[in-house]
This record gives sequence, structure tokens and C-alpha cells, in this order.
Amino acid sequence: MQQFIDQLIQNGYFAGAPKQLVYAGAMILAALVVLSVFVAPLAGVTSWLERRVWARMQSRVGPNRVGPQGILQWLADGIKNLLKEDIIPTSADKFLFSLAPYVVFVGFLSAFVVIPFGGELIVADLNIGILYLLAVTSVVVVGILMAGWSSNNKWSLLGGMRSAAQIVSYEIPAGLAVLTIVFVAGTLSTQGIINGQGWAPWDWFLFYNPFTFVAFFLYFTAALAEGNRTPFDIPEAESELVAGYVTEYSGMRFLFFFFAEWGNLYVIGSVATILFLGGWHIPAIPAIADQPILKGALQFLVFFVKAYFWVFVAMWVRATLPRVRVDQLMSLCWKYMVPLSFACVVGTAAWMLIWPQGNRPVSMLMFVVGLVILGFFFKRVGYQIRHARPVLYLKPYI
Amino acid sequence: MSEAIHTEGNGFHTEDMTLNVGPQHPSTHGVLRFVVKTDGEVIREAIPDVGYLHRSIEKIGEKVTWHGYVPYTDRADYLAAMFANQGFCMAAEKLGGIEVTRRGEFCRVIACELNRIASHLIAVGTFAQDIGAVTPFLHALRERESINDLMEMICGARLTYNYLRIGGVGYDITPETCDRITAFLDHFEPITDEYDRLLSFNKIYVERLANVAVITKEEAFQYNIVGPNLRACGVKWDIRRDIPYSVYPELEFEVPVGTGERGTLGDCYDRYIVRIHEIRESCKITRQALKMLPKGPAIAKVPRKFKPPAGEVYVRVEAPRGDMGYYVVSDGSEYPYRVRIRTGSFTAMGIIDKLSRGLMVADLIALIASLDVDAPEIDR
Amino acid sequence: MEAKEIYARLERRFPGKVSGFRGEVSDPCLQVDGAAIVEVCRYLRDDPELDFHVLSDVTGLDLPKDNKLQVVYHLYSYSKRHQIVLKVDLPRETAHVSTVEGVWKAANWLEREVFDLFGVVFDGHSDLRRILLPEDWVGHPLRKDYVEQEEYDGISTQRAPLVEKLLR
Repeated sequence: MQQFIDQLIQNGYFAGAPKQLVYAGAMILAALVVLSVFVAPLAGVTSWLERRVWARMQSRVGPNRVGPQGILQWLADGIKNLLKEDIIPTSADKFLFSLAPYVVFVGFLSAFVVIPFGGELIVADLNIGILYLLAVTSVVVVGILMAGWSSNNKWSLLGGMRSAAQIVSYEIPAGLAVLTIVFVAGTLSTQGIINGQGWAPWDWFLFYNPFTFVAFFLYFTAALAEGNRTPFDIPEAESELVAGYVTEYSGMRFLFFFFAEWGNLYVIGSVATILFLGGWHIPAIPAIADQPILKGALQFLVFFVKAYFWVFVAMWVRATLPRVRVDQLMSLCWKYMVPLSFACVVGTAAWMLIWPQGNRPVSMLMFVVGLVILGFFFKRVGYQIRHARPVLYLKPYI
Repeated sequence: MSEAIHTEGNGFHTEDMTLNVGPQHPSTHGVLRFVVKTDGEVIREAIPDVGYLHRSIEKIGEKVTWHGYVPYTDRADYLAAMFANQGFCMAAEKLGGIEVTRRGEFCRVIACELNRIASHLIAVGTFAQDIGAVTPFLHALRERESINDLMEMICGARLTYNYLRIGGVGYDITPETCDRITAFLDHFEPITDEYDRLLSFNKIYVERLANVAVITKEEAFQYNIVGPNLRACGVKWDIRRDIPYSVYPELEFEVPVGTGERGTLGDCYDRYIVRIHEIRESCKITRQALKMLPKGPAIAKVPRKFKPPAGEVYVRVEAPRGDMGYYVVSDGSEYPYRVRIRTGSFTAMGIIDKLSRGLMVADLIALIASLDVDAPEIDR
Repeated sequence: MEAKEIYARLERRFPGKVSGFRGEVSDPCLQVDGAAIVEVCRYLRDDPELDFHVLSDVTGLDLPKDNKLQVVYHLYSYSKRHQIVLKVDLPRETAHVSTVEGVWKAANWLEREVFDLFGVVFDGHSDLRRILLPEDWVGHPLRKDYVEQEEYDGISTQRAPLVEKLLR
């Protein structure tokens, strides 16, 4: 992107304007485009999809009225929430209470800076990309804590405290899982990490060695916890804490929290794709090699499908599992996930000492093992689906 | 562990937090309220405050006729209205010396057992929802909807049935309805295995429930815990089997008891699994009753102006929430002199204060759900 | 054990304190002197042959004709499978009786309910508050002479008869 702007400046556009100002303007423009063209509909559609997927899994119908199959439901909900009264409780800390949703939102939105949409499509390929990502997503916890504290509601406070404890704890396994990949890739840049992989599954870092394979699941579990998703959704556990830190929020401010949550799902999925699943790599097809737009679109599609698959998995998990208790959550993190992630880091380091260029036969073997596991899993799922009992309609009697 | 947190000696001072759980809290089924004193997440005491749903059903009983009171009993426990009906009808029949027709008894058993399945489905479903799994709740309600349809075929109502009458049942069960009940049971029985796969063997679910809020046998007797909650403590006690009434002695069924299979005997998991087993047993009973359904009238001849002789009677019915006792006093007039409804939920609420000490907030929710307390039944 | 035998044992153990045995009704009952109710209950629970370890129910019964309030205890034994009904007669104006909370914990809530709805005061009860009705409610509704207060917290409790409402 920087080259593009440099080119424009060289070509004589923006004559007279300082270079930094042009950059800043371009960044704001890019942020606006990302926000309105991609993030908002993405979070919205994710919310619609989650409700539909959930509904199907629970033998319901789900929202299907607004637009084809109800796909515009999120727009209707957004408009409804915009028109609603924005209530700030009298005894709340008004400044922090109004600020908190934006902090959460900014924390989640900033992540999109380093998430690529394709080989060339990225807002900024920072050389500290993945570190930046870990840093800005931690801002979310500040916002949640602010919301919990400033609401002046005990449920909110409990939710905020739970969330803070949870997110801070799960940063460690998530960070260490990311670190294993950083070891392998030798770079922090997101594009750099993707470039270190290939289109074929055996070139993915997921199958690089057994430790990265474990690290993937550690990362995904920790990311679910960081995103406050079931089974780790204790900060807003509706059966315990009413609605946790969002109890007192209404209207658009309320929506911002959920906007961030649904958008965050995509961030989780895309980071998993960047780190472990080969990112936007597509096979080198000679026919499209000289068609940058088609290539970009294909890359975007590949990346998007991979990332969205994990969004779907997160929805699936949410529809299936109950919620863990707060002490179980902590013991899972500190007793199991943290030691395991340290083992992954050390194991990967040792692996790289022995095979600095990686071990291709092992990758192939692991890919086969992975396929077998996946096949077995889907066979089981298919068996359960075939033997599930459909709805019984008794009604036509009366 | 909770004592260690109060570290006043070190110069730090922590205060207990008073939380108001309910009456509009999402997981206090109906309108219960608890005043909870917590130390962070750990509960120091949880004092139940009931009475938000008090409708003075007992007082109404003194103002309406014997026949006219039956619809009111529906409201005493609207999740299991059949049993509330049956308790009162049995008490009135015992006072008036009325013999229920044989077909009437079987109709009662069929309706009651279907109602028991429906009530336990709600119990299991809301339990799962309180633990955070929403899907099982909707799957349970989906099946309950079928039972509601069956009930509509049997008596025209879906929730407050008013099906039983003094001397029998209001409407006979038709052969078509019998076929549909059989069809439902064929469909439903394998579904309990689905619940097992989704919940009973779910690692997180078991971890949440095992060893939580253990009720010992002695405590259960002291606090008069009844029904499935008592059986979860390992006491093989079922009024249908041990103080037989209706035609239950002729039917074969097991009395499931808690075994502490995943944790301690009498923990939340046992209270859950006992209900799942009871659903299966109820299916069995319903099948038998359908097979044995005799010919004949469904209701005995009872005078319209029913005036039982003076006296008093205490009748127990095995309702889904345990021993439902009707203490009915007649003074020989058209109106009952006193109707007292003793319910399982009321006494079960009494133990919550004791059990909740030292639990976490999330466990309190699990405890309330596991006892399957039901606000209309507590407050009456 | 037959109810008659239980009564005979009680009579031997507490002479003059138990009376009025009725064995011919479906639930045999006997009168217990109010002052002795705790001892009688403790004996019934602790005697290994009686073993009444469950207090099924405590309720009240208002008998204005005889100017008395009855407190009715339903006891049951799961192990021996027998039951007995104890009745304590109390004067309507000053209805006081000792609590059996020390014998069965279940009595705590059941007695609170009787206190709430009948106004029987249980001496020695650990937490004798209204349970179903609000704290500031006036009167005890299950008494036969109960008149609903006209107004509660500024809200009228009077309702126009439905027919009148419809005609209007």
C-alpha cells in the first residue's frame, strides 16, 4: 500500500502536501474502507449466520424474514438498536461507561490492520505484525473491565473481573502457541509467516512437526477463551451473571460489544489461518499468473473460506458445550495449557536444531494422520446425524 | 478456603458483597429470590426469599365446591398439573368413599406418566441451560411439545389440564390417541440416548456437576427432601411402589437411585441422572398401561353436589418433584373445610441455605436447577 | 407398627401427655399436649423401633367453633413404613407452641409457613419470619375469621365484582 501511495506522489498527485499528511489521510481512508466495506457487514453476517447455524442445530428455524433467508437481519437489528434510547444509569461513572464500548471496539478493529485479505491486500504489513496483534487485542480487556466497573452493578463487576482474569491468563498459552510459529517462520510479520508456508497442507505450519500441531489446538482453545466464547463465556454467563459486563448497556453501545464479539470470531479464525493453515496460498496456476485481480480474488476466497471454517467451528462448539466454572477455567489454563504450550516451544526449538530445514516426510505423515483423524471425526458426526430423530409432528389430529 | 480470603490481620480488609439473585434473574425458574452474601465468587450464605407467586390456593379451597376446586389445583404446580389434580381427587375420593373405575385409573396413569416425562424434560432442559448448554434445552422442549399435543388430544388443554375428576377422568382416551401415544413413545425412547450423548457423558457437564452440593441421606431425611432428589441420595423410595396407590402395583417398573457414578453419592450429577432414568421408566409404565387399558366407563357416578362425610385425610402422590401431600379436612358440607398442599419444592428450598455455603456463584445456579424447584409449587 | 401400638408406647412413656387417639380413620391421629411436643417428637424419632426420621408436614387447622387452633404434624418412617399424625390444640388468641426444629430441620420452613398463615408462634424458632406473605402484611389469611385489609402499600385490594364491571 505504501508503494502505491509513493507511486501516486511521484506521479504528481497531492503536490504540495507533506508526505506524512498524505500517508495519514490514506490510512484513515483505508480504515474507513475496511470498516464499512468489510468489518461491519462481516460482523453482521456472522451474527446472522451464528443465529441460523445455532437454530438449525437446535431444530429451530432462526431469523429468516429480512432479506433472502434473513441475511439482512443484522441490518434491521442495527437500525433498531440505533433508534433505541441510550440509557446511562444515574449512579454509573458516565465517562467510563460511555467510553468502554469504543475501547472494546477499537481493540478488535485494530487487529484488522495486520490481517491480510490476500497476497497484496493488507492495510499494513508491519514487521512486528503478530506481536502488534496480540497487543491490540489485549486492549479489549481494558474496555470490558471499564464497562464492568463503571456500570456500578455487581453483576457487571463480577463479569468484568472474571473477564480480566480469564483474558490475562489465556494470553499466555495463546502467546506461546504463536511463539512456536514465530520460531519456525523466523519473522513476526503476518505476510512473512504466510510466505513461509505453501498451498499444500503438508507445507502448512500445522503439520510442520507434532509440536506445532498441538500448538494449533492450544491457540484455538485459548483464542476462544479470549473471545469470551462458549465454553469459556463466563464473563457474560447469562444464567449466572444475568449478562455480565453488558448488563446495564442498551441500544448502540450494547451492540458495539457484540459487534466486537462477532467480529472477533473472524479475527480468531484468520489468525489461525495465518499461523497454521497456509494463509492465502493458492496453487501456482499458469493461467492466472498474469491476472493480478483474479489471483487476488482467489487468494482472498481461499483465505476467507479457511478463516470462516473456524468461525463455524466456534459456533458449533458454542451450540454443543456447556460452560465451565471459573475455577475450572483457571486450572485448565494454568495446570494444563501453559505447561503444554511451554513444551511446544521447547520441542519446536529442539526440532529446529535437529532439522533446520524442517522434516518433509514427517510433515507428510502428520498430514495423513490428520486426514485420518478428520475422516474418523466426520464419520462419527455423520453417524450421529443419520441416527438423530427428526421432529415428530402429532398435531394434525385437532 | 473462604476463611483465607479474609485477611484483616495483614492490614487488608475485605467486605462481603450482598448480591440480589432474582426475582428476575434468568436462572431462577419462575420468581425465586435469593439474598446472597459472597466473598468474591465464593458464597457465604444464600437466603431464599419465596412468596412472589403466592396465590392463596389453600384459602381458595375453602371457598369453592369440591368439584370446583379441581381446576385450581392445576395451578399449584403447572408443570405437573396432573399430579396436583390426582392428589386432590384421591383425597376427595378417600373421604367420600368413591371407587374410581378401572379404566379411569389407567387413564390417570397414562396421563400422569406422560406429564412426568414432560416435567422431567423441563427439569433436565433448564438444568442444561443453567450450566450453559442451550441446545439440550431446546431439544427437550421439542419433545415436550409433542407431549403437549398428546395432552391436547387427551383433554384439550396443554398446560393446566383439569383432566381428572373426582371418581375418574373427564374424557376417555380414544383408540386413536392410544396409537399416537405409542407412536410418540417409539419416537421418544431412543431420544433419551441422545440426551446421554449430548449431556450425561459430556466431560464439562460432568465436571460441573460431580461432587457439587452433596446431600447425604441423613440430611435428606432431616430436611424432608423427597422424590428424585431423595432417590439421588441413594434412598430407594418411591410412593408409587412403597405406599401404592391407583393401579401402580400392577405395573412393573424400576425405581432408579443415585449411585454416585461420577462423583459423590447425592451430588448434582446424581440428581440429574436419576431424572433421565425416570423418564425411561415412565415410558415403560405408559406402554404397559396402554396395553392393559381395560374397557368400561372412565368415570364413576359421583353426585353433582358432592358432600363427603366429615373427616380428614392425608394423601401422598409421587409427583415429578416428589411427595405431594394433600391434607384435606371435610366438615360434611359442600365446601372443603381445609385443603393443605404439601409440595416437594417447598422443603427442598429449605436446604439451599445450608448447602450453598462455600459454593461458588455458578454452583448455586447448578444447585437450584438440580433440586428442580418450581416457584408455583413453593408458593402455591 | 400399628398406630395403636405407637399410641400405647407413647402413653406408657408420657402418661397424661397424649390423648384422644383415633384409630378408625384412614390416618390415625392423636392429641399431644403442647408443652410436651418436643419430647414426644424426639422420642418418636430416636426410638429405634419407631424411627420416625421424616417430618412430612406441619400445618394448621383453625377451629373457631371450639375456639382452638390445631397444629398438625404428619410423621413418616421410611424404614418401618408407618405413619402417625400428631395434633396440638392451642387457644386461638395466644397460640404458642415449642418448635420441633431441633428434631427435624424441615420444621424450620414448615413452621414458618404455619406462623405466616395461621399466626401460631413457635417458641425457640431460629428464624420466625413471614415466608409467603410480605413482612408488613396484616393478619393471618388461613384463619376462618380473616378479613383482607382494604389497602396494602397504598394499593387497593378491593375488586369490583365481575358482573358489575361488565355492566358498566
